[in-house]
Amino acid sequence: MSGGVDSSVAAALLVRQGYDVVGLMLRLWGEPVADGGVHNRCCSPDSMAQARRVAEQLAIPFYAIDAQAPFKARVVDFFVDGYAAGLTPNPCLECNRQIRWDFLLKKALSLEAAYLATGHYARVRSTADGDYQLLKAVDDHKDQSYVLSVMGQAQLRHALFPIGGYTKGEVRALAREFGLPVAERPESQDLCFLADNDYRRFLGEHAAAALRPGPILSADGRVVGQHQGLPLYTVGQRKGLGLTGPEPLYVLGLRPELNALVVGTAAELGEDRLTAGRVHWIGRAPDGPRPAEVKIRYKAPPAPATVTPLPEARAEVVFERRLRDITPGQAAVFYEGDVCLGGGLIERRSP
Amino acid sequence: MSEPVYLDYAATTPVDARVLEAMLPYLREDFGNPSSVHVFGRRAEKALEQARRTVAEVLQCAPAEVYFTGCGSEADNLAVRGLAFTARAARGADHLITTPIEHEAVLATVHQLRDHFGFDVTEVPVDAAGRVSAADVERALRPTTALVAVMLANNEIGTVQPIAEIAAVCAARGVPVHTDAVQAASQLDVDVRHLGVTTLALGAHKFYGPKGVGALYVRAGTRLLPAQTGGGQERGLRAGTHNVAYIVGLAEALRLTAAERAAHNARFRAWRERLIEAVLTTIPDSRLTGHRSERLPNHASFVFHGVNGNDLLMHLDLAGIAASSGSACKTGDPRPSGVLLALGLAPEWALGSLRVTVGRGTTDAHLDQLLAALPGLVHKLRAEQWAPGA
Repeated sequence: MSGGVDSSVAAALLVRQGYDVVGLMLRLWGEPVADGGVHNRCCSPDSMAQARRVAEQLAIPFYAIDAQAPFKARVVDFFVDGYAAGLTPNPCLECNRQIRWDFLLKKALSLEAAYLATGHYARVRSTADGDYQLLKAVDDHKDQSYVLSVMGQAQLRHALFPIGGYTKGEVRALAREFGLPVAERPESQDLCFLADNDYRRFLGEHAAAALRPGPILSADGRVVGQHQGLPLYTVGQRKGLGLTGPEPLYVLGLRPELNALVVGTAAELGEDRLTAGRVHWIGRAPDGPRPAEVKIRYKAPPAPATVTPLPEARAEVVFERRLRDITPGQAAVFYEGDVCLGGGLIERRSP
Repeated sequence: MSEPVYLDYAATTPVDARVLEAMLPYLREDFGNPSSVHVFGRRAEKALEQARRTVAEVLQCAPAEVYFTGCGSEADNLAVRGLAFTARAARGADHLITTPIEHEAVLATVHQLRDHFGFDVTEVPVDAAGRVSAADVERALRPTTALVAVMLANNEIGTVQPIAEIAAVCAARGVPVHTDAVQAASQLDVDVRHLGVTTLALGAHKFYGPKGVGALYVRAGTRLLPAQTGGGQERGLRAGTHNVAYIVGLAEALRLTAAERAAHNARFRAWRERLIEAVLTTIPDSRLTGHRSERLPNHASFVFHGVNGNDLLMHLDLAGIAASSGSACKTGDPRPSGVLLALGLAPEWALGSLRVTVGRGTTDAHLDQLLAALPGLVHKLRAEQWAPGA
């Protein structure tokens, strides 16, 4: 429970459905701030007080679970190390993999809970052969199956997503019906553990070595400018390069081994394939190439592609059309219609 | 679920029914302000002064040496800050002596005096059982020592301090001694003639009185700078309209506690011994914290190696048992308790703390329930330590 509308309504629905509900809130690592406390948007004192009030209103127990050390070791360090390796990591995915659906799930099961429910927009379905499927939310704009694609059978069998069948508007209406607060955390791409939403400053303090200025290269290896540190750039970016030329230039890729940024024209931008590592299939892995719709970012539209499993939990994805912003470090998540098949982390292309 | 079992009497206690009865008239018909001239004021003032005499009888002091405050913490604040500022004004004394295991009401006040008002602070160490030695206090004394603050009994580990000895060495050097008796007063003798202290703080809710009222004993002739200024109540030491009903409640609760102390303590001690014996013999890698014998009769506190104390409390709560932890924290931000670290415990021990405190509502069945659940829970939590990716 975060104190926000989604998890509050999720809890209220479960209570109404007759479940014996215990409220849990994750206490996550946050950057130390000046007043001696720490900052984490997901568990600020205000949101904790709000979640506690909701739990009191629903007459359920409520506990804050300390996850600061695991979150720091498994999510924040993953984020820092990823940037240092020339990637654009997605810590929310890693938080779901390691913290929410492992650390917290185990706490819940230890309390003899049958399920761990969250306020995510997604759905779980059990199939005739006893398997569990992760489905997109009914509300396509709010769908969060991308960050939940790391879940497997062992997690899904214990997962409930009570609001996944509702639209955001319906969830708000339910909140009013239940007399619950309708406030929500500002929806942003910002990371919960940053004190000021400035990930550049954060990386400067935590991964200074990765923030060295270096050359900007053209695709054929000419030096055309200087960048301010690779983590400040992402594939497909045009603004902020400080380059002038006859044609707009875009970031084509990062070359951490040279501390170089490679740029090119719109015509040079884009790829029709990627390889993914740490590939994970929610159901049975396919024996060979299979068609799928693939999302390469949380907010990217699904793109038609063929996914070919490779040894050592890797896969090659070949798209029907070139995509401009295939970004190493982000997840490639595979779908068949509403069913999330799994996914992997986009690897760096070989230089 | 059946009625939950309360084993956290050190956190707070229910108001005794007799205390509540004594209070009610002063919330209803005798609601007057003791500072008023009229008959309503006189009735309230009579109750207030009777309460002061009752408290004085238990403390074995003069009624004029009893000051009512808003809570135990406020009494601590008034004493420590008041003594410190007066001593500095009178004789340039700018040195404070305390211990690392004081309640925050004293410790945070002392730290504020150090960080914002230029006082020098010595924290006299405690031994592994949490005891302060009078000899160590004596060695720490300086000509510029403004006060010594040592609690009578510790809330987290139950250890009782040799306050009379400490007061004696300080008296020989003319240094005032404050003792925080908030946790102790429910069970220990708080006769200030025996204790020999200059000031002593009480909070009613620890001894079956209401929350939100405390008292401070201030030995006659001691000057304190008031912490709260205003209308001159409590002889200028504590401004603010008297909370008459609560003050009456404090006095009645303290009177009953003193009168019934021996009988309650005998039962508490038997339960405490049973708890300590059972926990230490049935749970491997468990330790008692605090002193084995010089401890509050109702107080058993433990550490379990490699256990998260907050997880343990959560599991106990869901099993219908209310206990506490040294690092009790509702925000899920556990830090090893400073008190436990001061005993020399390593963090992997100190984070696994559990405090069980019995009281007037305790029964044998309550202890049975705890002792049936606890060993299995500790074992389970140790087995379930999170390993990522497992």
